[in-house]
Amino acid sequence: MNEMLLEVNHLQTHFYTENGVVKAVNDVSFAIREGETVCIVGESGCGKSITALSLMQLIPENGKVEAGEIHFAGQDLLRLSKKDIRRLRGNEIGMIFQEPMTSLNPVFTIGEQMIEPLQEHLLLSKKDAYKKAMALITMLGIPNAEKIVNLYPHELSGGMLQRIMIAIALSCNPKLIIADEPTTALDVTIQAQILDMLREIKQEFNTSILLITHDLGVVAEMADYVVVMYAGKVVEEGPVLELFANPQHPYTKGLLKAKPVIGERKDRLYTIAGQVPNLVDLQEACYFADRCEHAMDICRMKQPALTTMANGQKAACWLYEEGENR
Amino acid sequence: MSETLLEVTDLKKYYSSSKGMFKKFGDAVKAVDGVSFTIEKGEVFGLVGESGSGKSTIGKTILRLHDKTDGEVKYKGKDVFSLSKKELRHLRVETQLVFQDPFSSLNPRIRVGDAIGEAMVEHGLVSKQEVRERVLEVMEKCGLSPFHIDRYPHEFSGGQRQRIVIARAMALNPEFIVMDEPVAALDVSIQAQIINLFSDLQRENGLSYLFISHDLSVVEHLCTKIAIMYLGNIVEQASKEELFKNPMHPYTKALLSAVPIPDPTAKRERIILKGDIPSPINPPSGCKFRTRCPMATDLCAEKIPDYHDAGGGHFVACHYV
Amino acid sequence: MEIQNTTVNKQKNKTMVKSPSLWKQTYRRLNKNKLAMISLFFLLFMFLLSFVGPHFSPYILDRTNIADMNQAPSAAHWLGTDNYGRDVLTRLMMAGQISLTIGIAAMFLSIIIGSLLGAIAGFYRGVVDMVIMRLADILMSIPGLPLLLIMGAILSEWKVPAEYRLYIIMIMLSFVGWPGLARLVRGQILSLKEQPFMLATEVLGLSDRRKILHHLIPNTVPLLLVVATLNVAGSILSESALSFLGLGVVPPTPSWGNMMDAANNFMDFRKRPWLWIPPGTAIFLTVVSINLLGDGLRDALDPKMRR
Repeated sequence: MNEMLLEVNHLQTHFYTENGVVKAVNDVSFAIREGETVCIVGESGCGKSITALSLMQLIPENGKVEAGEIHFAGQDLLRLSKKDIRRLRGNEIGMIFQEPMTSLNPVFTIGEQMIEPLQEHLLLSKKDAYKKAMALITMLGIPNAEKIVNLYPHELSGGMLQRIMIAIALSCNPKLIIADEPTTALDVTIQAQILDMLREIKQEFNTSILLITHDLGVVAEMADYVVVMYAGKVVEEGPVLELFANPQHPYTKGLLKAKPVIGERKDRLYTIAGQVPNLVDLQEACYFADRCEHAMDICRMKQPALTTMANGQKAACWLYEEGENR
Repeated sequence: MSETLLEVTDLKKYYSSSKGMFKKFGDAVKAVDGVSFTIEKGEVFGLVGESGSGKSTIGKTILRLHDKTDGEVKYKGKDVFSLSKKELRHLRVETQLVFQDPFSSLNPRIRVGDAIGEAMVEHGLVSKQEVRERVLEVMEKCGLSPFHIDRYPHEFSGGQRQRIVIARAMALNPEFIVMDEPVAALDVSIQAQIINLFSDLQRENGLSYLFISHDLSVVEHLCTKIAIMYLGNIVEQASKEELFKNPMHPYTKALLSAVPIPDPTAKRERIILKGDIPSPINPPSGCKFRTRCPMATDLCAEKIPDYHDAGGGHFVACHYV
Repeated sequence: MEIQNTTVNKQKNKTMVKSPSLWKQTYRRLNKNKLAMISLFFLLFMFLLSFVGPHFSPYILDRTNIADMNQAPSAAHWLGTDNYGRDVLTRLMMAGQISLTIGIAAMFLSIIIGSLLGAIAGFYRGVVDMVIMRLADILMSIPGLPLLLIMGAILSEWKVPAEYRLYIIMIMLSFVGWPGLARLVRGQILSLKEQPFMLATEVLGLSDRRKILHHLIPNTVPLLLVVATLNVAGSILSESALSFLGLGVVPPTPSWGNMMDAANNFMDFRKRPWLWIPPGTAIFLTVVSINLLGDGLRDALDPKMRR
């Protein structure tokens, strides 16, 4: 088996808002091996994006990583100085965001923005950096590299910009790419292109990918390993094949059933009743209990821990906790 | 034979991309470039396309929310664009629109009950005394609780807001609703609730929908007839069963293959289109899809393909079908 | 429908939390802003001082008293007396009354003119918009202070009686104040008109009247409130500047600006600071408080923070 690249242990990120403390990431642990794609999937407000931002320590001002460890290639990211973190960002860890339009600076050309990390991290001369940028664009199958480097972001389409973002993320040969909803803002046919590109990159460079998404379809196509989040907690995780074939947690089951699938005729869609709870001042309980069909008394009183099943899958649900913890 | 509710013939809507002094430099954006379709009573008609395909523009134009450039829109046999003021008010009662973004489609300073009830009073459908009762009735139908009535929109989540928007539309007891990406902004678990609500309302009230979406799986679930749009034109139209079983246009095929399936074991042939969607300001000559089409030939650049019946009401616009 | 009912029941638990109206929320947020609250209380104090204070003063405003001329602050005259022997504190309070009234009245006038013209321009566009906005542009392209100076000079030339000057100054101030407001309101209306909820009013077939009065105007109120507050500060400053130069409120009617005129006299400036420091401080603190309160209001009303 491949070596561990990233290990997140008991990560806690809290936000301090007017209405109280929001535990956006609440005791989250997962790991990524070299060359592995891990998907974090969940609905809006489940903490998946904040998890990704916590890794890079890019959380907004009113938030704070309160506890946990993030081991990346032998060092704890939470203990690094700001300077060291900055060196890591864009160098060993590349990031791709949801909105390619807003993640590029509108007053600089594509070329200028591409050579910046190359000069900064790889210490290339301007000329070499330009050459490398051009090579990256060509490698990603974008035609007219010479023309594109001289254009400004607004002159390119969303799909093209996202490809540029990927090129920038790739430019310093990172070991890990964190992609936060990279295709959500794009059209279906463009999404297919981008996902295809990510798959190729992974194969060619053995890069690990942490993919944050809400789309189970994307997960099924991309992931090796899946982490399902709900209300700031991991509710289930497992290898992609097992998780889709045999979901354990009622939330995962519900998500899979609620999504209409082409070719599957149903009269009504399965629904998960209610809505995501407000994360301010949650009481000790399974946070999904209010929406769960199988909710028992214990679900409303104690939080279930993540338990490993026979096939290596893990779920945090009282249905699967036998005796020991009750 | 069922009765025709809406008939759109060769509808065109161009936006001039610049106005005034520099007019000669700006070309028109051909948002909708000659589109025809009909919607029968009780039908759920799906309009699918990617960004820039003009699907939302169609939705707004047929309700006469802005002017057309050319073509004809007939609602119940009457030309929508030559209605008198009084008739237009009547149209506003019979037809409704549900928006994509439930956050911006509700006025933040108007209480839920007023938002739902004001149009009923305005059109004289109920008296001021009865309005609250009627509002509560509609709210219940749309899955809202009575105590929501005096709340402001900012107190609700996305899914509940969409219920409010739907209740606002349903309050006038419309016959035809244009749904403009109504679930695109919602999470999967909430999306399913809203889609079920659409089916219930449609069945119980015999409504007709024009359901605009980019999500083929949602369209397949809800619609009876589906049209696929690309850059201002319908490239293919058929009944749902036919379209998914036997897609003919290369774009439809690519679109279908691009939808991610939530099943890691699914084996399928993926058609990855090259390039980007061209700008509607300066679309390609001939068949607009030819720049990305895997089967394009010289003929496609020269001649605009006919939109023809390929058998059994399956319409398609391609030289090679 | 069953599924929906259970949904509703479960939702009830979640949303039963008390939900205050938008204004209450705004107040609550403002309440947390210490500077803004201190400013608010200071302004209330200034109002009380100016409007209630004179009633408790043992001195009569314009009565000159040569015997008490130019006295330093004492138990009898807390802020001393001026070169006519008038009590400075009493004059300061009366001046406050006049300065604040002018500031607020000028603000109301500019708000009424500005928001009305701005709303009309924004809603109906076309020629109306052209005419109103070009007029505003012309007024805005002339620097405000010189314009006021010229108008003030004309007033002096025509020998307008002091009591009428007050009203004319209010009108003058609103004359230079409205174009900025009109532009703001117009911009706001234009962007509101593009909001989907305005399209919704069209879909629902609501009348223009209802669209403007129930949907557009209430949404501009927060902005107007902030701008109005800041506008008061601007008006007070302009009035003070004019009066200081002898072109605004003229003696014997006191205003903070013309009381500052003492600083023009070398002897008063050097030897009798009680003549010009109090009105100067009053202007300074009032204007700073209004600005702080305005900033606080803006933050409290900021829709991005809501939700």
